[in-house]
Amino acid sequence: MTVNTSRRGFLKSAAAAAAVLYIGARPNGALAAGAAPAQLNPFVRIDTSGTVTAIIKHFETGQGPATGLSTLIAEELGAALEQVQYEFAPSDPQLFNNLAFGPFQGTGGSTAMANSFMQYRQAGAAAREMLIAAAAQSWDTDPSALVIENGIIKGAGRTAPMGEFVAAAAQMEAPAEPRLKEPGEFRLIGNTAVRRKDSLIKTNGSAKFAMDVHLPNQMVVVIARSPRMGGSAAGIDDSSAKSVKGFIRAAILPNKAGVAVYAENTWAAFQAREALSVDWDFSAAETRSSDQIREELLAAVNSAPQYNVNGADQAATAALIDSADTVLDRTFYFPLLAHAPMEPLTCTIEATEDGGVLLHDGCQMPTVPHMAVAEILQLPQEKIRVNTMLAGGSFGRRATPTSDYQAEAAMAFALTDRSRPVKLVWSREDDITGGYYRPAVAHRVRVGLDAEGSITGWDHRIAAQSILKGTFFESVLVHDGVDATSVEGVADSDYRIPGMFVGLTDTAKATTVLWWRSVGHTHTGYVMETMIDEAARIAGRDPVNYRLAMLEGGSKHQDRLATVLKLAAEKAGWGKATEGRSQGIAVHKSFGSYVAEVVEISGTAEEGVRIEKITCAVDCGIPVNPDVIKAQMEGGIGYGIGHAMRDQITLTGGEVDQFNFPDYEPLRIGDIGAIEVHIVPSAEAPTGVGEPGTPPSAPALANAIAVSGPRITELPMSENGVSFA
Amino acid sequence: MAISLKLNGQTHQVEAEPGTPLLWVIRDELKLTGTKFGCGVASCGACTVHLNGEPVRSCQTYIEDLEGAEITTIEKISESRIGQAVQAAWVELDVVQCGYCQSGQIMSAVGLLSENPKPSAEEIDDYMNGNACRCATYQRIRAAILRASEIMEA
Ligand code: FES
Ligand code: FES
Repeated sequence: MTVNTSRRGFLKSAAAAAAVLYIGARPNGALAAGAAPAQLNPFVRIDTSGTVTAIIKHFETGQGPATGLSTLIAEELGAALEQVQYEFAPSDPQLFNNLAFGPFQGTGGSTAMANSFMQYRQAGAAAREMLIAAAAQSWDTDPSALVIENGIIKGAGRTAPMGEFVAAAAQMEAPAEPRLKEPGEFRLIGNTAVRRKDSLIKTNGSAKFAMDVHLPNQMVVVIARSPRMGGSAAGIDDSSAKSVKGFIRAAILPNKAGVAVYAENTWAAFQAREALSVDWDFSAAETRSSDQIREELLAAVNSAPQYNVNGADQAATAALIDSADTVLDRTFYFPLLAHAPMEPLTCTIEATEDGGVLLHDGCQMPTVPHMAVAEILQLPQEKIRVNTMLAGGSFGRRATPTSDYQAEAAMAFALTDRSRPVKLVWSREDDITGGYYRPAVAHRVRVGLDAEGSITGWDHRIAAQSILKGTFFESVLVHDGVDATSVEGVADSDYRIPGMFVGLTDTAKATTVLWWRSVGHTHTGYVMETMIDEAARIAGRDPVNYRLAMLEGGSKHQDRLATVLKLAAEKAGWGKATEGRSQGIAVHKSFGSYVAEVVEISGTAEEGVRIEKITCAVDCGIPVNPDVIKAQMEGGIGYGIGHAMRDQITLTGGEVDQFNFPDYEPLRIGDIGAIEVHIVPSAEAPTGVGEPGTPPSAPALANAIAVSGPRITELPMSENGVSFA
Repeated sequence: MAISLKLNGQTHQVEAEPGTPLLWVIRDELKLTGTKFGCGVASCGACTVHLNGEPVRSCQTYIEDLEGAEITTIEKISESRIGQAVQAAWVELDVVQCGYCQSGQIMSAVGLLSENPKPSAEEIDDYMNGNACRCATYQRIRAAILRASEIMEA
């Protein structure tokens, strides 16, 4: 299988084949076909040899769109999945926009499958109908007598490979509404035997990530950044760096945020950066420590909120709670967190013959670097192209509204004569100290319970550093001052909670804050699910039944949440843990998917907790690739659990205290004994799976610990009274 | 300094300063990019290669110590019987997600199975502890090592 990712290759291979059939959509969304991709957003290409190429418009960082979108094409076309190869789409926001984001090409919010499910199926179905029509014409038979199976057109007593009819089909108009399969006809969608398309290249060392780019004559650039957030470079002394073999030069970036160190190779660049001395101007730099940030957030949730999020009457809620039989009052704090994708950030930029540039990048939102790089290099946008490469993880880090690392590469390139390609490389230290984090957040929740333990009022205040304010997403996603990503998961809770008030206060940012796998749900899911759990315990009721009672109401969301909750409980043997073990449960909806998890632990908070088993149930609509869904749940759970166990970013005087994995310790293989995932069968449109596994994981663990140990209201757990075996 | 490096059965003459980690010679000089850079401080395992048949972290292995040593990288691991079994198990169970850590995981897994062809789940967890996977593919890594052990027996 070949993975062809450059636009040059893309156009060349299109011209070289004798005839090809492209099917895709016009910018207005209408299905279209032709022999060339002009004016059309191609989703699939078929050539006369019968080779089918799915053109993947979402970036691949392991969450599986290359496999998933190929599956949709193969399903509707009538090809075997093995006959479908894939390539990543060239960057063109006008053509490849993500329907969820408007005229904007990007992957995020677990939208890849949701957004492409109909588009790619329709493209495959249109190809099938056109190839069959061409064959029927040539065989002088009724198209309804023909089918395509494994790429072979069959019927009317004849068979022929579909490639034979590509040239004729390419002359036809695309059908406006090709017939899509009924769910009962699916052979690949929902098939547990379907394998990932990228397993082989990722197990033999041949997969090429952006970090693996090596262009002739390239320079490697690393950036010396201010040790304190927001400092600026005032001067440099590179006399010691000059003794590093391979060092080329050092130059202050135009925005003064750092110093670019140019070298012949990566190691020389790192060494030269060590040897360089930079005079930093800290006059505008951050001076706060994370303790102060924490105090500010806690003070904010203990005073009147800046925004009334759900329009409820706060005084009425307070009255309900004050007259309750029992009041449960908890304050939570969540620290800054780094994303730490396994592949450190990198981007290579080279001049092209037409006077533009080509970026080689594991790019998550190509539209943003387009704009940023064009501005820095003073080039028209159409001169910027992005070769989207494999990305070694992201978890949100590669999707910055400022294209921070691509902009750094462009600035470093702009300081040269542009004759040599520039490869920007981040080290792990750059990544951990780099200043892009999940915001620190505080919650304070007061819950009133009546004599039966049922909830009578819920006062919920959140204080957070806004992710969206000050970015170009603000105009679309911030309403009446409320950053939706700060309150999602609370404000839209599907629990029947009488007298609920939700308030929000924004606090000043000490670092850049950014979405982190499952965004606001990372903390809102934790707070909702540990509070409900504690309320159930106070009421002396079973936490599963207590939740189920709060999900009675008949809405589709409530029913789907109840279904996963019951399934997870049943599969985990809820309430039947063996001697010495405790179970905790949590359920949460995010990105349109519903996930419940049961965590079973042994040991105690004082002597060491061991996570024995996690049982997960997920409803994400039609499960396109069940094994990919399971893998995403396993990964999302691990990501949530690992950070909740022991990770945080702290600052002292505006400087990050952690430096690398030894003090930002990743989840390790022995941390979770087993994970089992169960998928709810569904005929609903598919929804996201990259993020929804994360939110219930940490609260389910906290709830298990609380069975015979403390209620953990600050993370990470290891710093707040829990030791792990 | 000039050094002759025996890597994947071939001898290469390389020029590198003393103190240069083997990782960067492999990636930048020999342009074999299957071996990955993840942390540079021996705490993630992405850079794992075999030195005389044993897994080592190439980011903390220095070029001046390698005269006469035999180095194997992910690109050639499939030439060993164990390497083949491990890769086959990895593909069968679709272990990978982003894939960035997986060369290192596989090199460590081959090291484990060379030492201990029938490891228990606990022995796997102990041995593989230094190989981080930010995508948390650990359940499948464990299962794939057990599967590779079965393939080797067959
Ligand atoms: S790069 Fe060598 S152990 Fe992480
Ligand atoms: S597969 Fe992504 S880090 Fe392991």
